[in-house]
Formats: sequence, C-alpha cells, structure tokens
Amino acid sequence: MKMTGGQIICESLIKEGVEVIFGFPGGAVIPLYDTLLQYPQLRHILVRHEQAAAHAADGYARVTGKVGVCFATSGPGATNLVTGIANAYLDSVPMVAITGQVSRPFIGKDAFQEIDITGITLPITKHNYLVLDPGSLANTIKEAFHIARTGRPGPVLIDVPKDVQEVQADFKYPTKLNLMGYEPTVKGHPAQIKKASKLINEAKRPLIIAGRGVIVSQAYTELKRLAEVAQIPIITTLLGISSFPESHVLNYGWLGMHGMAYANMAVEAADLIIAIGMRFDDRATAKVSAFAPHARVVHIDIDPAEIGKNIRVDVPIVGDVKVVLNILNEQINTIEHMDWIRQLNEWREEHPLLQIRDFDGILPQYIISKIHEVTNGEATIVTGVGQHQMWAAQHYLYDKPNTFVTSGGLGTMGFGLPAAIGAKVGRAKNDIWCIDGDGSFQMTIQELATIAQEKLAIKIAIMHNGYLGMVRQWQDLFYDKRYVATPLSTPDFVKISEAYGISAIRVSHKEDVIPAIERAMNEDGPFLIDFMIEPEENVYPMVPPGGALSEILEEPKNEVEVWLRQSTR
Amino acid sequence: MATAKHTIVALVEDKPGVLAHMASLFRRRGFNIDSIAVGGSELPNLSRMTIVVDGTAIMVEQVRKQLDKVIDVVKVSDITGDDMIARELALIKVKANSSTRSEIIQIVDIFRANIVDVASDSVTIEATGDDEKITSLLHLLRGFGVKEIARTGSIAMTRGNQGALKIVEKISNVRVKRQK
Ligand SMILES: Cc1ncc(C[n+]2csc(CCOP(=O)(O)OP(=O)(O)O)c2C)c(N)n1
Ligand SMILES: [Mg+2]
Repeated sequence: MKMTGGQIICESLIKEGVEVIFGFPGGAVIPLYDTLLQYPQLRHILVRHEQAAAHAADGYARVTGKVGVCFATSGPGATNLVTGIANAYLDSVPMVAITGQVSRPFIGKDAFQEIDITGITLPITKHNYLVLDPGSLANTIKEAFHIARTGRPGPVLIDVPKDVQEVQADFKYPTKLNLMGYEPTVKGHPAQIKKASKLINEAKRPLIIAGRGVIVSQAYTELKRLAEVAQIPIITTLLGISSFPESHVLNYGWLGMHGMAYANMAVEAADLIIAIGMRFDDRATAKVSAFAPHARVVHIDIDPAEIGKNIRVDVPIVGDVKVVLNILNEQINTIEHMDWIRQLNEWREEHPLLQIRDFDGILPQYIISKIHEVTNGEATIVTGVGQHQMWAAQHYLYDKPNTFVTSGGLGTMGFGLPAAIGAKVGRAKNDIWCIDGDGSFQMTIQELATIAQEKLAIKIAIMHNGYLGMVRQWQDLFYDKRYVATPLSTPDFVKISEAYGISAIRVSHKEDVIPAIERAMNEDGPFLIDFMIEPEENVYPMVPPGGALSEILEEPKNEVEVWLRQSTR
Repeated sequence: MATAKHTIVALVEDKPGVLAHMASLFRRRGFNIDSIAVGGSELPNLSRMTIVVDGTAIMVEQVRKQLDKVIDVVKVSDITGDDMIARELALIKVKANSSTRSEIIQIVDIFRANIVDVASDSVTIEATGDDEKITSLLHLLRGFGVKEIARTGSIAMTRGNQGALKIVEKISNVRVKRQK
C-alpha cells in the first residue's frame, strides 16, 4: 500500500505498540505532525522544551518497561533532546527519538535549522539513522525498536528529512530483521554458571549487589529465590533500588558514596560478590583499588563490555539476568550463613544512620519518611539531582518493584519534573511523587504547563533549601565553606504554581508537614508543596571523594575534618 | 602498564557513520590510531577494516568490546598475538638523476618493489610488505631525497584456518539461520 513517510512512521509506531509520544513540533516535522491527526490512537503530549520530551519518554519507559518515544524538529529541537538522550543512554533506558531534518536537497548545505544530529548523538545513542530512502522507513523503525528494547536497552535516534515525511512509498511492515552485527547474548554460558554456583555454594560471606539490570529484566522473583535459598544478603546500587523489597530481612540497603554504612561495610567484608545487572560505577565502588578486597567476584550482565571494565571479575556471565538466574538457581544449595547475617545485623544496629534526629526545623529526611508513611510506601518516587535525590533514596522505603525513578549515570538536574510526567502517563493509576530540589526544579519548571494541560495528578514536593545544596555541601566540607555560586534566590514557587493552574502550599513548620502531604494526596489533580527545609543540612553518610567505601563518614563535620587532616589527598 | 601495537580486524556493514563511530571510540580514550585501512571483504555489503593502535592490552580489549557493541560492526577481533600476515602498500616518489637512478633500482630490486613511474628528476616506487619492510626501504631511500610518500596502512589476516576465518563462519551461520 502506498503511504506518505509520515503515515509510514505512524503506522509503524502503532505496530510497535506505541500509545504515547512526547514531543514538540517545528518546521521540519510539520508533515509528521499533520499525519498524527489521522491516528488518534497515538496520544501526543506537548511538552514545553524538547529536553523534557526525552526525559518524559525516559520516565515512561522506566515505569512501563516499554520503549519511550519522543519527537522533535530539526536543529534546535534536536539539540535540545541531547541531554535527555544522554541520560537514557547512561541509565540504559529504551527510547526511540524521531527528529525532523531539512529536506534531502538541503542536507549538507547549512540550511536553516540543519544540524548533524546523527553525528552529535553518535556517542550517546545505542544506534542512530538518517533515513534518506522513504522505502526504508518501516524497516528502520522496526530495527530501532528492536535495538532500543533488547540486549542492554538504550536510546535510538531516527532523523527523517522533511521531504521523506511527505513523499509516498510502499508500506508493508517487515516481519523479519536483518541485523547481522547485533545479537545480544541472552543465555549465560553453562560452564560459567556452573563455576558461579560452585563459588556461591562454598562462600562464607556472600553478598549480592543488585542493579537496574534486575528491574529491566524483571527478575524480581528469581533474585529473591537466589537470596532466600542460599541465604545471601542483598544490597543494591542507587539504580537498583526497588529491585528487591527494602523491608525484606535480607535487604541491607544500597552502597556507594551516600549509601548505608552497613552496606558499604558488607562489601568490605564479603568473600564473594555476586554482581547482578550492574556496572560498578565509580559512585558505587568509591576507590576501586580498595573495593571488596576479600571477595571473589561473579558478574552477571548482558553487556560484555561491562565485564572487567572497572573491577577484576573471577566469573563473568554474559546474559539476561532473569534467564541466567533461572539456570543458576537450579544449582544452588540451601545454605545458611547465620554468622554473616548476624554480623551484618550488628553493623546495622551500630550504625543506624537513617534515624532522623530530633529537630525543631524541617528536616528533609523527615519529610521523605512522612511521604512514605502517608503514601503507604506505594508511590512511585521520581527525583531531581542533588541532596534531595539522596534523601529520597535513603528515607523512602521501597518495597514495591520498580518504584524509584532517578537519573543515575548522568545525574541530570531537571530530570525530575518531566520524568514524573512520563511516569504518570505510564502509571496513571499510581501515586507519582516528584521529589525535587529548588535548583533542579527551576531547570525544567516550564513543564508545570504540560502537567496542567494534560491534567496529570502529579504531586510535587520541593526540598527548598535556597542552595544548590549538593554543591554547597562539597564547598562546606572540602572548600572551607566558600559558597561560590550556590546560594539560590528563587521565585515564589506557590505563586508560580498557581499561575500555571496548579494548587500549591508552602510549608514552613514541622507540624504542617503531614497535613500538607495528606492534602496533596486528597487533591484530585496535581499539587505542589514548597517545603522550606533546613538550609545547610548535609547528606550523610558520605564517602569522601577519592576515599574507599570503608572510609565512610557517618557523623557530620568533625569527622570530616579529622579525615581531611589525615588524608594526603 | 606497557603499551604495544595491536592489530584489530573488523567486518562492518557498509553504512554511513561506521568509520566515524569506530574512530570516536578510540579518540575518546586518547588512543592514537597508527593506521586504519578499509576495503572489501569476501562477503557482499561487508567491508573489512584493519586498525593498528598503540595501547595497553586491557585498554585495547575494552575498546574492542565497545567496537563490538556498535550495531553495524559484525565482528571484531584483536589478532595481535596470532600468527598473522600483515601487508601494506606504499608509493614513494624519490629524487633521481642519471647518476643515482641505477643505485635506486638496485635497492628496489632487493626489496622486491617496483618502479611504476619514471620522470626526468624522479622515480616512483611501489612497495608492499609489512611495516618493518616498508620502513627499512624508506630509510634507505631517504638519502636520495624523498619527495612524496603515500602509505595505505596495514591490512592483516591470520594464517591457516584459524582466527579471522572464524569471522566468516560466524557470518555464514547467521546467514543460514536467517534463511530458515
Ligand atoms: C544539569 C546539571 N548541572 C549541574 C549539575 C551539578 N550539580 C549536582 S547537584 C547540584 C545542586 C542541585 O541543587 P538542587 O536541585 O537545589 O538540589 P539540592 O542539592 O539542594 O537538594 C548541582 C548544581 C548537575 N548535576 N546537572
Ligand atoms: Mg536546593
């Protein structure tokens, strides 16, 4: 059947199961947008900045496990997507971004709004395409979705010249793929799995580190089975939070720079690390040379390039986490590690770092724990980047699978609000809380308009400290309190929110915290709370930059000073 | 850790951007590419690349894995340790006059190279061989005054039926699977 390029794109998206597109139009995508009119089953959500389209597609993809889709025009539209694409790339989020391009005769002539977006995104996409032949559009889209969602997921960009969107071509959605160079290894190598099971069966102090790969692979029950049968304590990475219930007896929090002290101590003491769907990021390992000094390492990951990249691995297993765990679990004996568990419990009791101190002002930790209470721990939490992100990770107890959405690899301020839009669209029935910083919030504040226009019942909690807090904390601890460019004057968030048509209140007293959260929950539509928090509160525990996990600082200030004095760094 | 020259061979789909993508993976890590040669392979629509880089074994292995992740790269291996044949072609234009010409011809003969063009004040020599041979030939010719050099960079394959041949097997397997 003959169709225009625009129609072919829409038909193909529908064939791929797409229901929603986040986007922003412009000259080079008008033909594509024009055809959207014929496809009411494709819901288009108009954002206010293309970065938000990519973040929203990202948030949507994370909560649904489906491929997030965003549209943008050529030139500035495409470059505005870049941060969002990079964010998805570093956190392995499946996404297809479709950008308009100038018409074919103009390509390479520095035409109006022409930019080499496939060149720009080469290092931050899993793959990208410039479609010059309308006849190859359908095939390209099929490939793009396949690549985005399989193996280690990631963003794929398709650049479509305006005239390619307009001209007619034969449309028949391909049933087969022809990707010679792409064949992710799904099944782990049996001999390697056997070796791993032997190590696990013999270990005295085994420790599982679960990453986002568990969530991507939806291997929740397989992970739980491994942990329970062999009595192996689990810690997670930041992005692995909610891959395993945090109130489970075998859960010992998460590791890394702001992770729990006892989680980091567990890494230090373990004799076997079973790393599952994670990539030993430097914020997780801290000083690599001092990481898990007594442990052998089994590393299960779908991306062979991650194995041995940062940490020496004894048993590499390349494969899909769920598939590998299923086979591995059959070879695991029922074991007890009571001494090890007792030790970990002791450490947890000795270092109850997540206890919130008595304080008259409003502590962010207190707010987060109350949001947890009022939402019954059932909300999906989406964050910006900074101190508030760490508090949200520490003080909400994540028991439901895949309920923590955060920018880990790129650490993108401004991710929160648009990602919450995507999360709400993907999980309409769930409570979505965006826990944002006053700085991060202002990076994508314009998306309040999108929320209002789409009537998305997102609850926004701003941890308003008047600072770019995380940077201020580093200045406080490591730069003699020279607060250069971190104090932040802010507009009246309540008025701003109301101007966008979203009800809001400010909370300046501790006793108003719970009522405000309850009010937000009772409100049908979106709601914003501007929490005036203790301005110079720092995030603890903290592994100082360059330090080892074991050097984690639990008590504020004085301990840091001692560390700094002793340190030769 | 010590760096060494590594010879990496890759089969890639003939698509725009592959070369740039591969080069960027080296650039990002501060590798200097000694040479890169691209040409046809035994399979239609697939090009064969030979890349020679200097780096530590660990770094090169990391890049090799990254190269392998590029969708249009069908197969890539580091054949450095293998028993391999590496050749490059060089064109060398050397100053020559009636008194030096015969000496130059002698050197060219010893190296089993050819003279492919003769002008009043120069000769152009075509030489094939491994890096070492070309370099020693150049060394001897420098004395006469070299006007211009063009080198293709190394192309390489493993000897016998090991190594690089596996690439073909893998591809034909994929082909067979897909036909079913
Ligand atoms: C786009 C971007 N720019 C700069 C940074 C560096 N940075 C990391 S955290 C932070 C401060 C964030 O401030 P805010 O959103 O108010 O959060 P807080 O730390 O105060 O909770 C900054 C500037 C970043 N992560 N992202
Ligand atoms: Mg702040």
